[in-house]
Amino acid sequence: MCLAIPGRIVALEPDTHLASVDVLGVRRRVNVDLVWDQGLAEGDWVLIHVGFALSKVSEEEAAAQLRLLEALGEDQQALEEVQGYIFDATD
Amino acid sequence: MRYVDELRDPRLIRSVAAEIARLADPDRHYRIMEVCGGHTHAIYRHGLTELLPPNIELVHGPGCPVCVLPMGRIDDGLAIADQPGVIFTAFGDMMRVPGRNGTPLEHQARGADVRMVYSPLDALKLAQANPEKHVVFFAIGFETTAPSTALTLQRAKALGVRNFSVFCNHVLIVPAIRAILDSPDMRLDGFIGPGHVSTVIGCRPYLFVARDYGKPLVVSGFEPLDILQSILMILRQLAEGRAEVENQYRRVVPWDGNPAALRAMAAVFELRPYFEWRGLGFISQSALKIAPAYAEWDAEARFAVPGIRVTDPKAAQCGEVLKGVLKPPQCKLFGRECTPEHPIGALMVSSEGACAAYYHYVHRLATAGRSDRCARQQPV
Repeated sequence: MCLAIPGRIVALEPDTHLASVDVLGVRRRVNVDLVWDQGLAEGDWVLIHVGFALSKVSEEEAAAQLRLLEALGEDQQALEEVQGYIFDATD
Repeated sequence: MRYVDELRDPRLIRSVAAEIARLADPDRHYRIMEVCGGHTHAIYRHGLTELLPPNIELVHGPGCPVCVLPMGRIDDGLAIADQPGVIFTAFGDMMRVPGRNGTPLEHQARGADVRMVYSPLDALKLAQANPEKHVVFFAIGFETTAPSTALTLQRAKALGVRNFSVFCNHVLIVPAIRAILDSPDMRLDGFIGPGHVSTVIGCRPYLFVARDYGKPLVVSGFEPLDILQSILMILRQLAEGRAEVENQYRRVVPWDGNPAALRAMAAVFELRPYFEWRGLGFISQSALKIAPAYAEWDAEARFAVPGIRVTDPKAAQCGEVLKGVLKPPQCKLFGRECTPEHPIGALMVSSEGACAAYYHYVHRLATAGRSDRCARQQPV
């Protein structure tokens, strides 16, 4: 759980604290409160940890993080995590 | 250097490894601690110790949140889980960690409503969906994870969700580093600083390591090249007689951390006067509790938590491994009574635990006949 999961922002939803992200082809929503100050735009890459975007990163850094997850055999786990988020529905 | 070609940038990696070998004083034994369990996992996976001269020893630190939690806290959490009307939620990492009377999964099998969640927000959602139940989230993790719990609690308060509370076990890495530096049986020459924790807290909180203890600390990324570069930066400092905090992971870690995360933590948590760590004992001001403004969402205020203290199984030497005094295979139970399939200590459960990482990448390969690699990684 220490290793963050890279995702690309596909849609911002300012009213819900959430943004839709694409992680390895899977689309889910994550909380973006921690990176909101840094200015977010569609197409930006973020590192995701337990349902929260933790930091904004470059595309190269996101690709590096993905390679690392694959190398450590944690890419499937990461996908399961993202698919497993249930807070995703609007509240 | 059999594995180098499988890594990215093999040429760069070779040149960094060569520079490390050039800088390392052959008459000196270097002990460098990687604080974070994610680094431990990456080091074993990539066989990075093979790229280092034999007099550079990597010592595994306490940076695995599941591993440092004393068994009593798991039993305390499970005492809440066994109460009627409670849905007890925890991250997957926690589900197989044994308490005195079994793991959360085993409590689930005995009828407790224990559910795995991937986010504290999932636990909040469960509370909203089950208004007749009380949902407790078993919060663990270092500064990387604590902001997520803080924001979830702020959300619960804002939405007025009152059937939700958090059993808070968040711990802080900086006091743990200080405790290790103060420990008489630890002789360390420098630290590979944690990556994701530092995206939250930044680099300033580590300054005391250099200033008060005269040890270099380099905040590091997780790729093989990152880790090797960080080791090189530590060796350069040692060779030049410097002790500084440097940031190798600048592309992700801002020097001042994440202000929004720090604000959320400050609003929701306060420091516990002391907290027990597995292996390290009681460390003052090393953990977070829920602040009075959020007492309504504090499971410890809401439920009678027994405050169980359990000594670890006598034969298990988790504490020594956590402090870096012993390497995993030097524990008497390693690979025999204690395996990833039947873990006795938490270090064997989490993929970030030194024992599980060692078991997967060194022990298993060695027992499958690739003993040359194992022999190189056996501790001296």
